[in-house]
Amino acid sequence: MANCPECGGEVSLHDDAEVGEIIDCGTCGAELEVIDVDPPVLETAPELEEDWGE
Amino acid sequence: MKIGVLYSRIRHDEKLLLGEFRERGHEVTKIDVRDQRFDLTEPPAAFADVDLVVDRCLATSRSRYATRFLAAYGIPVVNSPETAAVCADKAECSLALAGAGVPTPRTEVAFTKESAMESIERFGYPCVVKPVIGSWGRLLAKIDSRSAAEAILEHKSTLGHYEHKVFYIQEFVAKPGRDIRVVATDGEPVGAMVRSSEHWLTNAAKGADTEQFELDDEARDLVARASEAVGGGLLGVDLMETNDPDAGHSYTVHEVNHTVEFKALDGVTDVDVPARVVDWLEGEAEAADEAAVAAP
Repeated sequence: MANCPECGGEVSLHDDAEVGEIIDCGTCGAELEVIDVDPPVLETAPELEEDWGE
Repeated sequence: MKIGVLYSRIRHDEKLLLGEFRERGHEVTKIDVRDQRFDLTEPPAAFADVDLVVDRCLATSRSRYATRFLAAYGIPVVNSPETAAVCADKAECSLALAGAGVPTPRTEVAFTKESAMESIERFGYPCVVKPVIGSWGRLLAKIDSRSAAEAILEHKSTLGHYEHKVFYIQEFVAKPGRDIRVVATDGEPVGAMVRSSEHWLTNAAKGADTEQFELDDEARDLVARASEAVGGGLLGVDLMETNDPDAGHSYTVHEVNHTVEFKALDGVTDVDVPARVVDWLEGEAEAADEAAVAAP
């Protein structure tokens, strides 16, 4: 369990969570980046950049 | 073998790849491109001893430069910087496809509003203006009238990055409400799907419905030729169906993607897409290893 850096709400990670994965805060909907999984650390995800894609 | 996965965001696609690599007992090093500093001659420590780097950078600019540096260090990387450079830029990609004789929509590039307007008027309405760098159907404009064209060119000229002043103008292809995405490894299709939408943009990222698609011989041939035209690798080749009154049913290749997303395809096809992709990556790593051993 970690706290959302935006709203402070509790966010739980799935067992297979990966560092670098983006998850949504169930409370405020913010996109959060998984910085660490053990213990879980979350940061606000980077904003979408113009050159992102495939 | 030791695989480096270069990333800045772990999407579902990367999770599928990571899972497949680990299941097969490969040592996987996740390398966050945001943490790296690329020297002109010495590779960053994170790349030490990797047999192959799989470039999964989300940012096209990072993908282009990182693959270029890795190749300069002699570190095998998929896709190659040459492929990345061609696929990253729609003008380069269109040139490569046309140069290889692969059917692709008629396209012109112009550098001023006035010359771009001439291109638009020559194509007629509707036609399409795209950014040369971009993905997921973003900032694409279907232009239905001269007044819309004037507004879009004015906005691109005034508000955009300098790349938006490279006006990439293309004929509008009246596709049958869908296009085709093929994931291919060196031109060999792994699987294909159609992406259908009421909207003229049929990107999966725009919410298009997806369904498995069986490729015919003509489509397979075009995928192989499009792949070769851009330098090969793990690619997403996009085709539209055309129905010319004289030539009949055919295809045109409008895009080739070099950091292809395949989760949508994996969800609709019988093929185990990440398994097939990793089969091919293993072969690439082995070939790179053999080449290194054979080198003097």
